[in-house]
This record gives sequence, structure tokens and C-alpha cells, in this order.
Amino acid sequence: MTTQQDKSGFAATDVLANEFEDGPDTVAKAEQSPDELQPFADLGLKDDEYAKIRDILGRRPTASELAMYSIMWSEHCSYKSSKVHLREFVAKVPKNTRMLAGIGENAGVVQVSDDLAVTFKVESHNHPSYVEPYQGAATGVGGIVRDILAMGARPIAVMDPLRFGAADHPDTARVLPGVVAGIGGYGNCLGLPNIGGEIVFDPCYQGNPLVNALSIGVLPVERLQKKEATGTGNIVVLLGARTGRDGIGGVSVLASATFDEEAEQRRPSVQVGDPFMEKLLIESCLELYDAGLVSGIQDLGGAGLTCALTETAAAAGTGMRVWLERVPLREPSMSPTEILASESQERMLLIVTPENLDAVLKVAEKWGVWATAIGEVTPAGEDGTPGRLLITWNDHVVVDVPPGSLADDGPIYERPLREPSDLILLQADRAETLPRPSTGAELRETVLRMIASPNLCDKTWVTEQYDRYVLGNTVLAQPEDSGVLRLDEETNLGVALSVDGNGRFARLDPYEGAKLALAEAYRNVVVTGAEPIAVTDCLNFGSPEDPAVMWQFARAVQGLADGCQQLGTPVTGGNVSFYNQTGAVAIHPTPVVGVMGLFADVTQRVPMGFPVPAKAGGDLLFLLGETRAELSGSEWAWVTHSHLGGRPPKVDLAAEQALGKVMTRASQTGLVSAAHDLSDGGLAQVLVESCLRYGVGAKVTFPAEGESAFVQLFSESAGRALVSVPLGHEKAFVALAAEFGVPCTQIGVTSEEATLDVADQFSIPLEELRAAWSATLPRLFGAPVLGGQPEAETAVRSVTLELTEPKQQPGGPIES
Amino acid sequence: MRIGVVTFPGSLDDGDAARAARIAGAEAVRLWHGDPDLHGVDAVVLPGGFSYGDYLRCGAIARFAPVMESIIDAARGGLPVLGICNGFQVLCEAHLLPGALTRNQHLHFRNRDQWLKVEATNTAWTNGFTPGQEILIPVKNGEGCFVADPATLDKLEAEGRVIARYVRGNPNGSQRDIAGITNEAGNVVGIMPHPEHAVEALTGPSLDGLGFFTSVLRALAGAAAGGQLAGGQQ
Repeated sequence: MTTQQDKSGFAATDVLANEFEDGPDTVAKAEQSPDELQPFADLGLKDDEYAKIRDILGRRPTASELAMYSIMWSEHCSYKSSKVHLREFVAKVPKNTRMLAGIGENAGVVQVSDDLAVTFKVESHNHPSYVEPYQGAATGVGGIVRDILAMGARPIAVMDPLRFGAADHPDTARVLPGVVAGIGGYGNCLGLPNIGGEIVFDPCYQGNPLVNALSIGVLPVERLQKKEATGTGNIVVLLGARTGRDGIGGVSVLASATFDEEAEQRRPSVQVGDPFMEKLLIESCLELYDAGLVSGIQDLGGAGLTCALTETAAAAGTGMRVWLERVPLREPSMSPTEILASESQERMLLIVTPENLDAVLKVAEKWGVWATAIGEVTPAGEDGTPGRLLITWNDHVVVDVPPGSLADDGPIYERPLREPSDLILLQADRAETLPRPSTGAELRETVLRMIASPNLCDKTWVTEQYDRYVLGNTVLAQPEDSGVLRLDEETNLGVALSVDGNGRFARLDPYEGAKLALAEAYRNVVVTGAEPIAVTDCLNFGSPEDPAVMWQFARAVQGLADGCQQLGTPVTGGNVSFYNQTGAVAIHPTPVVGVMGLFADVTQRVPMGFPVPAKAGGDLLFLLGETRAELSGSEWAWVTHSHLGGRPPKVDLAAEQALGKVMTRASQTGLVSAAHDLSDGGLAQVLVESCLRYGVGAKVTFPAEGESAFVQLFSESAGRALVSVPLGHEKAFVALAAEFGVPCTQIGVTSEEATLDVADQFSIPLEELRAAWSATLPRLFGAPVLGGQPEAETAVRSVTLELTEPKQQPGGPIES
Repeated sequence: MRIGVVTFPGSLDDGDAARAARIAGAEAVRLWHGDPDLHGVDAVVLPGGFSYGDYLRCGAIARFAPVMESIIDAARGGLPVLGICNGFQVLCEAHLLPGALTRNQHLHFRNRDQWLKVEATNTAWTNGFTPGQEILIPVKNGEGCFVADPATLDKLEAEGRVIARYVRGNPNGSQRDIAGITNEAGNVVGIMPHPEHAVEALTGPSLDGLGFFTSVLRALAGAAAGGQLAGGQQ
């Protein structure tokens, strides 16, 4: 496996080998021994990068400084390969007066009312989750939640876009259950509802699953926090868990070097999560914010204390004086380098005024959280130059650097780009020419096969392991198109959130694929009736040193930036994850896009299921948007022909916007009873899901003119939604669609009969659909979804069998 | 009427329990784990969550919190106490209720909308239901499998102290499908599913959970009017 660690292979023990023989490496020693050989290459630094460090410092770096530069200048922290491309987001940011904080902050913040703002962000935790699925995924949740917390917000929900290798591959059976349990174990214990996400299977993720995590939080506008370490003499406080050896070198995580034969004394590079501590950290930070006790705050995530100290000081232009021996440790033998590099979870760095320190410590004590003053803010130079970061450890000066050189002055690369050599051939191999089912019987069989396929089947086996109710504001959660939350019980202000991506489309055309991901997330939000206002993204790609991958990245960023500009929804923040590849083969380029929408009145949200009870005559079913014969990259081509080729569906963002206007207006005026976005699997999938949601049947008749029944059912044309309209509202609804120029075709009615009928083609009882749709994941990953668990019966049955009274209530785990 | 809701470190559904009490018409009073003062509340809810992280045995540490000393005393004196999920676990650890809640048999956390059949309606928290009534309440737990020795289970059933059973599927393997039980006096009730998540049409699968909170108000009103607390409190 190639990981970012190969580029920044920091293993603490390498650096520490000689650190205790005669005390740690200090600035004084560095000045005395300028020619000492340093393991910079092992830490992932290039020759010219090392030379630049020596140039900045005017001497060789100390061991601790070298470790800090290697971490902060890693791809993960410095965005050195992506920075030149990410500027597109800033250059093309649509005019938006809602945005209070954007790219570069811990998370973007958008104002949603006079008093309230919302912050949200999606981030990757791919490599740790492959190595140690449970803790990798758990700490992925923990990390993104602290980003949200650092902005001054109360985290209110999480979502998880997940991608795994083939569903039936043995390693998927190792990774998926662990990832799901880790997300649930951390998020459930933290008290955050999990309201949606994605579960996608594709062999391209076999050696490199994608575990992305999104969190959203809400804050009063005036509680917005800053990370700047301002105010000479202010105290630097470390809050939360004690620092241990877990996660050392993990920014980039897990080089093969950390798993060699000599690795036994090394601790896992994957961090270990403690959600209970994070819950206490959340409550104590919120109490500190509300009492106005915090001048600056930064979470400790990747790069730990190194990142938090340098970024807070660099942002303010101040210096900082830190006494490292004051950091509470899990293991007292930790060296200064290890303390600086540790990625122990559940920690925050606070900047507080001296007069507030006692009050801060009191709040921490109330919640049972460690809080330690470890340093103070020092002034910038008299000539206006930024201050220096001076770190001592038991009176040894181990670090003396300009903080900006770590945080802002890292290398920036314009890496070579080249269109993948196979792309032309791939695009020429269109799925539209593949053999298609034609008879009603063949279509029926195809529907049943498609809905049982891993990407389209029921995901309850996974989502039942997540708490979606906690906090009591979840209005819609998975399997709905968007997660919908109430923000304010008085006003019913609410938000909708959806996160989507399609690696196959992006493989066929990264520019259009990124736009399609944006369009799908946008559509998922609008079908619930919300108005989209902001975007976050997680860009998952292979190695940036491969020009073909870099080309895919550049094209995807352009597509997303252009799309956001056209839709008027700014990218407020996100994350880039490179080096997602096994050997020479990269994953499909996978831009994952999160869109947030706003409800003035969240009680107007539109669910996806056909309403029950079905009225006599039913609700009318309308298809919004235009269906074309677009099958390349589709789920149908993949499931039935294992085919990937051609060009992805056309994306028309103006049409998406028009669809959005129809849907928001329809929800506000109560014209529709249900709406469901069309994407993977096309109309067939949407009909099945909307029928099964509440067990309501449908009778569908396609117009005589137009595309064939097969194309109608399985095309993945963008810009479409299925809506159900109560009788009596149809004229108003058709007029509304016409007003915005959205094609609107009546294709059927909901039905009291529990079947899905497509006229002249097939009829399938809902029970048969449900059996096919819901059996797949339990079959693959064990444990039946419904009822008791046969494999665990014996233990308790031995107790229940002792009960001999004939009129005993049915007991134990046995499910009839 | 004042319903106290306890917050332990790691309590998660405390705000939701307080909201449910308010919707039912009560004043919700937040109680802090470290403060033994019950602030004159008329009833107490121990909410769901992971008190103290539940890294030991669920509820095992919470049972020793200063506020619990007061609650245990008051419950023995007849104060209505409802333990939901983690609160149920705490009540068992405190020996206010018999039995224990163990790891779900399938070993997964499980969140679903669960049908229950109400049985005992002579308790402080269930008197608003009718026996045999089926209600829809979210269940969400990792350690919700109710177990007790056969004699205890027989006694609970013989004395009519099962307040609700799982129907249409047992989500965690609980013995005899038991979802909730009460003490002999009927003032202390533990239930694994979450009534506080079924109190609003916008956010819950039903409004059935409200019945637990309106029941206690009715019981308290009856007691205030000189009657006995439902459940036969002396």
C-alpha cells in the first residue's frame, strides 16, 4: 500500500534513538553540530525542502524541529500538491453574504438567520480505517466533530460517506463491519445522530476503502470562535485527554516502515478514540464559550500539538513560549519530539487571558477534563515581524522557529498533469450499445436483480447501528434523500444535508463527474424542499505524483468550482485525500460533495415514501426532468455487464436549479406528498424505494411516445425527480413546473394494492421486492436484520428452556 | 408539577427527556450528578446515554453518584422514577429494579422503531395506557438484553410487574420479550426503548411516548388530591 506516510514516514523511534543519551537535541547542539546527518528523507522531506528548513533557521533543525517540519510540510497538512488547484474555489466563489468563515478555517460557517449560523465539513480518514477499521473510523468521527466544535458550534449530527471494495470480497467482510461499528461506537456514545451518508462498493476501493466523515454544528452568530493566539501574555491551555504515544506520525499515517520486523516497540499509528472524553470536551468548551472565557481555540487533530501551536501563533503573527514538560502524559517517558508529534485524540488548545484562567480551570474541573497551562503568547517583533515559537523541555530549548514557516510557508508544487492514456478508449466504449432486456419478463428479472445488488440494496443492516434520534431534532434520516434537522424549536428553522459522489462517473470524466456529484447532492437537498446554500467537499484521489491522477484532480476541482459558481453555492471548506491507491493502481477519482440547504419552516419537508394510507384513486405520480438514453457508468451497466465505459450523463445545472425552484415552491405550498431524487439505478430504484418505505404500491404507465420502458426504468439522466401529488393539486403542480420550464410527465398513481405494476411490462408484489432488496447485506455480513439472532440463541435459550409453565409468555430471543 | 432530569457525565438524552416533560405539561428541572439536592421535584427521569462512558458495566458507576443516593432514598419513599435505557441500567445497578441488562445478543447496537405491548398500567408512569395497547417507540441500545433468573422472571410476571413487551420482533434478545418492568410499589419504572423520542409528530415515529410523561402527571395530581399514587404506594 502506498500512503502519504511513504512521503512523510515519521517514526518516532528513528528520531529518538539518540535523544536520551545526553539529553534531547537542542538548539545549542544544533548550532554546535551543523554537519550532523539527519534522517530527513526517512521523514518524507526532499533534499530541497531540507535545505529550505536550514535556510529558514540559519542552522540545522533540532530533532524536534525536523519532525515538526516533516509533519507540517506533509501533503496532508500543507496541501502542497493541491493548493494551486484549490485556489479555483476561492477565485470562483459565488457572491454570498451568508458566509462567515470559509476555506482555511477549521470548518466553513454560514449564517442561517439573524441569530444563528451553521458550520459543516467533510473529511477523510481513509488509511487509518483500512489498517484498523474500528478505531480508524471512530477517530474519523471524533476529528471532524472537533473541527465543528472549534468554530464555536454545538455539533448536532454526523454523516458518513463510505466506499468499500467488492461486497463479497473477504477483506470487505473485515473492513466494513469494523468501520460501521467504529462510527456507531463513537457517534452513538457522543450523542450525535447519524442522519445519512453513502455505502458504495467497487473493486477499485479494495485496497483502499474510503471512510469520509461529515459533521454539522449550530452556533449563535456571536459565539463564532477564532484560532488566533492574540494578546501578549495570554495563557496557552491544553484541554482534554492526556497525551500518549498513540497516533505518532499519523498525519500521514502508516508507512510500511511502521510495520517492519523492528516495529514491535512502536505503537499503532492509528489513534485510539475515547468518545466519553470527547463528550466532556464538547460540554466544557460550550460552557467556556458561553461564559466568554476563550480568546482563541484550535482543535488537535492531525499533527497534534505541532499543528495547533504553529497555526494559532501564525494566524495572529504572535510568538509563543511553551514548556513542554507541563503537558500531561499517559507515559512519562515520552520525549519532546513524541509529545509534539502525538495525535492523541480529544484535545483542544485554548488561548485565555490570565484573569480568566481560574474560571477556565473551574469549568474543566466541573466536567472532569484535564486543563493545563502549558505556555503563553509572546509579542511579535518590534519591527512588526512575527514572533517566534520557543519550546523548552526541562530547560532544554528544543524548538525555536518562526511559526509561519511551518504553517504557511510549506512547499507548493505545480505537479505535472496528463490525461490518462486509456481515457479516450474508455470513453469510446459506451454502455448504450450493450444488450438490453426487452420483454416484460426480462425487465422484471432485471428490476429484482438490480435492487438486490450491493450498491442499491437496503442499507438497514448498517444504519440500524447508528443512533438517529438523539438530540430530538432529527426530522428525516437515512434512507431519505437528505438528513433533515430542526435547528430551532421556536421558529422551526431547519437544514437539509446530503453527501454524494460517483467514482465511476468521475473516472469517465472527472470534470463532469465532479459536477454530477454536486448536482446529485443539490438535488437530494431540493427534493426535500430545502434551498441549497453551501457546499463542502472531500476529494479522494490516488497519488499526486502520477500525472494522470493529478490531471483527474485538477479537472475535478475545476468542475466543482465551476458548478458551485453556477449554482451560487460556495465551497466553504473540505479536505483533500491523496495517495489512495494500492501499488500502481489508483482508486477511481472520487470527489464527494456535501450540500446544505435551508428550511424557513422545517415542518414543510417532503419525505421520499409514498404516503399511507393510499387514498382511493391514489396520489398522482409525476416525473420531473428529461429522460435520455444515458447508461454509461450506470449501475445497470455495472451490475448486468460489469461494464464501465462511455461518457457520464449530461449535467445541466440550470435545469437542476429550475427543478430546485419547483420543489421548494411545491413544499412551501404543500402541493406534493412525496419526492425522491433519481440517481443510481434510475427510476426503477426510486419506484421500489418509495413503494417500500411505507408499503404503498404504484401503477406506472409510460407515455407511448418517448424512450423505451427499459430506458425509462434504468437510465441515470441527471436533473430528475419523482413526486407524488395528492388528487386536486395536479393542475397547480403542472402549472408550477411549467412556470420554471421543468418537463413534467404523469407516469402513474399510487395504489392500494401492494404491488408495483408497470403497464404492459410486469407486476411485482411489494413482498417480493422487499425480500430481494433487504436480504443482501445480512447475507454478506451476517446477523439477520429483523428479529433475534440465531447464532447467539443458545446461551439464553438454556435459561428459557428451564421454564416449563405451559402458559409462559413467548420469551427469549426466538423470533417467529 | 416538576419533573427532574438527571445529567450524568455522558448522559445524552437528558435534553430530550426534559423536552418530553415540558411537552407533557410539566416543568423540567435539570439535576446534576454531583449534587445530592433533588430541588423539590415531584418525579425523576434517569435519561439515556453512556453515563461515565459506561466503560465498566453500564450504569455501574452512575449508581454511586451523589444524586443517586438521594434518588434511591426518595424512590423507596414513593417518588416516581423513570429510568430510560441507560437509566434502566442504573436502576438495576442500584437494586431499585431486579435483573440486569446485558449486551444485545447479536452484539450490535440497534436503532429501530419498535412496537411494544403495554401490560401493567397500574404504575406511576403507565396509568394512561390501556392493558394490551400497542405503541410504537424507538429503541436504540447496545446493551438492552434484559436477563434475570427464572424465579425472578416468574415473580415479575406473577405480580404483573412487566410494563411492556416487545412485539413484532425482539430487538435485543431480552428474556420473555421484556422491554420494561416496575418495582413492587409501581413508582419506579425502567424501560429500554425511548419514550422521549416519540413525543412530536415532526421528529418521532408516533406520539405514543408522551403517555409515560402524562401518566406521571396524572398520578401526581391524583396523589395531590388526596388519592393514592397509582401503583399502590402506601
